[in-house]
Amino acid sequence: MKGNFKKPVHLMLVLVLAFSMLLAACTGNNNKQDPANNAGNEGTNATDAPKEPQEFRFTLASEPPSLDPALMTDAQSSIVAAGLYEGLTRLNTKGEPENALAESITASEDGKTYTIKLRQDAKWSNGDPVTANDFEFAWKRALNPETASEYAYMLFYLANGEKYNSGKGSADEVGVKASDEYTLEVTLNSPAPYFTSLLSHYTYLPVHQATVEAAADWAAEASTIVSNGPFKLTEWAHADKLVLEKNADYYNADAINFDKVTISLVEDENTVYQLYETDKIDWIGAQAGSVPSDLVQQLVSEKKAEITAVASVYYYLFNNNKEPFNNVKVRKAFSMALDRQSLIDNVAQANQQPAFGLVPPSITGPEGKMFREVYPDTGYFSENVEEAKKLLAEGLAELGLSSFPADVTLLYNTSEGHKALAEAAVDMWRKNLGVEVKLANQEWGTFLETRKAGGFDIARSGWGADINHPINFTYDLIHSKSGNNDGKYNNPAVDKLLDDSLVAATPEESQQKMAEAEKIAVSEDMGVLPTYYYTTVTMLKPGFEGVVSDYAGHLDWVHGSKK
Amino acid sequence: MLRFILGKLVFMVVSLFLLITATFMLMNAIPGSPLQSEKAPNPAVQKNLEAYYGLDKPLIVQYGKYLANLAKGDMGISMKKKFQSVDKMIKQSFGPSLRLGISAIITSVLVGCILGILAAMYHRKFIDNLAMILAVIGLAIPSIVLAPIMQYFLGTKLRWFEVAGLNGPMDYVLPTIALASGPIAFIARLLRSTMIEVLNADFIKTAKSKGLSGYVIVVKHALRNSMLPVVTYLGYLTAGIITGSVVVEKIFAIPGIGKHFVTSVIDRDYPLIMGITIFYAVILMLSRFLADVAYVLVDPRMRAGGKVAK
Amino acid sequence: MSDFNLNIPSTERSDKLSPEMFEKLERDEVRVDEVGRKSLTAWQDIRQRLVSNKLAMFGFWIIVAMVLLAIFAPIFWPFDHFTNDLENKNMPPDATHWFGTDDLGRDMFERVWKGAQVSLFVGIVAALIDLIIGIIYGGIMGYFGGKVDEVMNRFSEILAAIPYLLIVILLLVVMEPSITTIIVAMSITGWINMAWIVRGQIMQLKNQEYALASKSLGAGAMRIIFRHLIPNAMGPILVTLTLTIPNAIFTEAFLSFLGLGVQSPVASWGTMIDDGAGAMMSGYTWRLFFPALFLSLTIFAFNVFGDGLRDAFDPKLKK
Repeated sequence: MKGNFKKPVHLMLVLVLAFSMLLAACTGNNNKQDPANNAGNEGTNATDAPKEPQEFRFTLASEPPSLDPALMTDAQSSIVAAGLYEGLTRLNTKGEPENALAESITASEDGKTYTIKLRQDAKWSNGDPVTANDFEFAWKRALNPETASEYAYMLFYLANGEKYNSGKGSADEVGVKASDEYTLEVTLNSPAPYFTSLLSHYTYLPVHQATVEAAADWAAEASTIVSNGPFKLTEWAHADKLVLEKNADYYNADAINFDKVTISLVEDENTVYQLYETDKIDWIGAQAGSVPSDLVQQLVSEKKAEITAVASVYYYLFNNNKEPFNNVKVRKAFSMALDRQSLIDNVAQANQQPAFGLVPPSITGPEGKMFREVYPDTGYFSENVEEAKKLLAEGLAELGLSSFPADVTLLYNTSEGHKALAEAAVDMWRKNLGVEVKLANQEWGTFLETRKAGGFDIARSGWGADINHPINFTYDLIHSKSGNNDGKYNNPAVDKLLDDSLVAATPEESQQKMAEAEKIAVSEDMGVLPTYYYTTVTMLKPGFEGVVSDYAGHLDWVHGSKK
Repeated sequence: MLRFILGKLVFMVVSLFLLITATFMLMNAIPGSPLQSEKAPNPAVQKNLEAYYGLDKPLIVQYGKYLANLAKGDMGISMKKKFQSVDKMIKQSFGPSLRLGISAIITSVLVGCILGILAAMYHRKFIDNLAMILAVIGLAIPSIVLAPIMQYFLGTKLRWFEVAGLNGPMDYVLPTIALASGPIAFIARLLRSTMIEVLNADFIKTAKSKGLSGYVIVVKHALRNSMLPVVTYLGYLTAGIITGSVVVEKIFAIPGIGKHFVTSVIDRDYPLIMGITIFYAVILMLSRFLADVAYVLVDPRMRAGGKVAK
Repeated sequence: MSDFNLNIPSTERSDKLSPEMFEKLERDEVRVDEVGRKSLTAWQDIRQRLVSNKLAMFGFWIIVAMVLLAIFAPIFWPFDHFTNDLENKNMPPDATHWFGTDDLGRDMFERVWKGAQVSLFVGIVAALIDLIIGIIYGGIMGYFGGKVDEVMNRFSEILAAIPYLLIVILLLVVMEPSITTIIVAMSITGWINMAWIVRGQIMQLKNQEYALASKSLGAGAMRIIFRHLIPNAMGPILVTLTLTIPNAIFTEAFLSFLGLGVQSPVASWGTMIDDGAGAMMSGYTWRLFFPALFLSLTIFAFNVFGDGLRDAFDPKLKK
């Protein structure tokens, strides 16, 4: 009898193997060999080649919705676009703009017009030169209502940009003009000291006019994309992977070291980590895969993973119009009863920095310093359970409530990480304040709609930077007219400071007013509950250099190299 | 027979139409839209987007337009993945799902049949018990457990297999096991019970008395007569397996169609939701239809009477 | 035991009969009529066959144990399922925390049995809903036949062609994720199989004498269906029911795995398995092991019990 035992098991394995081989044989032509396996071999074979071809491999959770600069909206697209296109400026690793295609950028005295000289040796991947005309065309196209660009508002800084996009003005009125082949004249609505940073944003990237006009779907396949960056897209197997190869015609090709970049699309973060462990990818983190949170502490202590600050803030919204959080003392009590460091150490676990304000530490401030260096958030408020209890009792009394309402709910969008944080926060409120807060999670789309409509008591929120400037975290979040102020925090004094900051005479004064507004909104009103400033955990295989997470926490791989 | 087939086809078209209508309405009724984003959009931008995708028109107009395009064979373009046509997205992702699905179906039928036959032949003996316990264990361990465990231990720890992808023949092994373990068990148990019945039938006893060997009897006579329920089950299984498994595809990073089921809804990608619904319904109806036909072909009673009694 | 007696070598036997060799019987102890076995009602018969099936009974007792543990373990266990103990997170199983703790330091033993409540509740309620709708719908289809059957059957076929998963996800998006939502979503198409089985049974049974007799005595359709036909079709119905429960438990686990499960801090086995798959790589294997073990054990138990039940109803297989 013993002998028979193995039979079915063996048979099963043999059959599975046999059939998978049969299948693979049938589909041989589709059978794309994993380039990862070949890279090493090619190198050893090509003995006369001066150096081994350098390949860099990473994953994205989902494929870029678009590689058309006018239609890009997300981190995935921007990570790919950074290699594919070249704009007028590029942010360096500190988040400061450096000239790229622009040779010189000259601002007028009033800061409203810019004259940009382009370098003359840049080419499109089809051999055409990159001219000022390509920029004018690209920007006006993104603003054209018929293009339906979601990020068109990034171009609203241009004079008459918003008017054109709303269908009220014409393209000719828009404040951008190619005065000759290599000179771009830009007129702004109002001075924007961070305009050179803005120029590095993907909405400001050029497109090749003839290609775009020939086919609306030009950017949907590798074969039809015409780009001008350090890399060319050679393969785009949708939902599977993207392959980029070094562009030999790139004007600064010497600064580029990778010969090939393979981006696999892998959603499951456990799988991403195992791909890294089995040497199939070289990088995890910064929106290109994420390190499973249970592993972070161990990996960091073993020096296998690094933690980098990110210009994003994690916070909870209070519904300022609904009992009990229409009372400032209740809001303060909830904020002061949280032990942020404990949340970070035990739940978020990536060495995040506790947030007592909204503007993250990696955002640049006035006079070349960081914003938080000049305006630290440490004095905004402090955690204090006893004080919190007192405030809660007073607040409830002011509201005429004998006890804390029974059905107060914390709403978060479905995700393991948000769930764990929410569970821990609710537990702290239970232990420290003796209140019971329920949890509710909604899938992303529904969550956004519910939050927008104010259907919550406390709601999870996170905010990242589009540009390296504190306006992202002040005007956008706490101005009563901002479309992103879902908690409906409303303080006329804060509004006035923020409005004034936009027309302030100097950048320093402008940032000063933003800092004041932030302080009132958090310290006095606790309109929202700041939790922590994000970090990103990254892992890079030994031997690679120059691959980093940028200030906004997006992978920047373009200038990386392999020893 | 022709009448039967025609009738089935007409019914399929009608139910497809009803299904399309229902899904279209339900999908538009759910909160959220394909065009929303976390950062509040500028009203002008939002209006442009809605106009672009025709979402500013009344629902009934959108519906009419969709049907008109569909009649021309145009399922539209994705609202999330810019300028990717839905039929192309489905076609591209169906390839891997189909290949994996076929591998899983063949594996389940073969292994399931072998286990089932062994169990029936050695009914109430050790092999029977062993085969059935194996089968039930296969049924009891869900793919959400089996797949990550195999991936971690056989892939990452032992490095016997790749942890993800579907590039080489060996890459099929783990996802196939994860997909097939349930169906193997089901088929084995199904076949065992019908087979035991058939083996006790008179014509088998006749065959035995004529001195035919055990294996000949099983393969030539009993198996053919026991396959009916298996064929019916295959009709359901096929549709379920080749349209992709969300979990297995997600864990093994297989660019299959399974993930569209979840992401299309999460993204509110209306044209893709419709496309997936239609695709799935057609596959399901077709495979059931084929199962019906196969049933007729396999069922000895439906064929010329003499053949079986031979 | 008879074999034993016969093997005694004949030389050793006594040739003579002696009175000691006989045992005296009282007259009324002689069970003349019971040469065969005791006459049993159909249900007793089934029960007897079921009880004699060891594997099926093993499954049955596992189910009973699971239900009892799900109900009582959380009551008597000193920990609750929501209080965090961040100092003691990810502790391996020990004398205090039998199944270890999770990433927020919550006791896994408590959470596994709380999860059992969810999973079993979802499984059993969803199966009961399928049963009720299936019996009514299938009963009507099967009994009336003709046009009614045609229309109702077509409708169920259309429903069955819906991408089930897509509909469930759509519904979970519309409604708040909760146990109720999951059950409703599963029931939308879940009852169809049951309805088809009931239909098949009723069609076979409705022309039997007792049904015809009842009809000729003026009984209404509903009375005939529910008083006469359904009870006689109970075998396949019960079997389907037992096998629907593990399916529903599976589906719930699967939805939880996709993040569409019950509201935190309650966790079902599915959500714990989802968490555990990641924890496994960190070496916290117990976070995957225990929920997976009990989920599999439950599915196993329902399956073998369901099989046993089928065998019991269909004694042909037991020859």
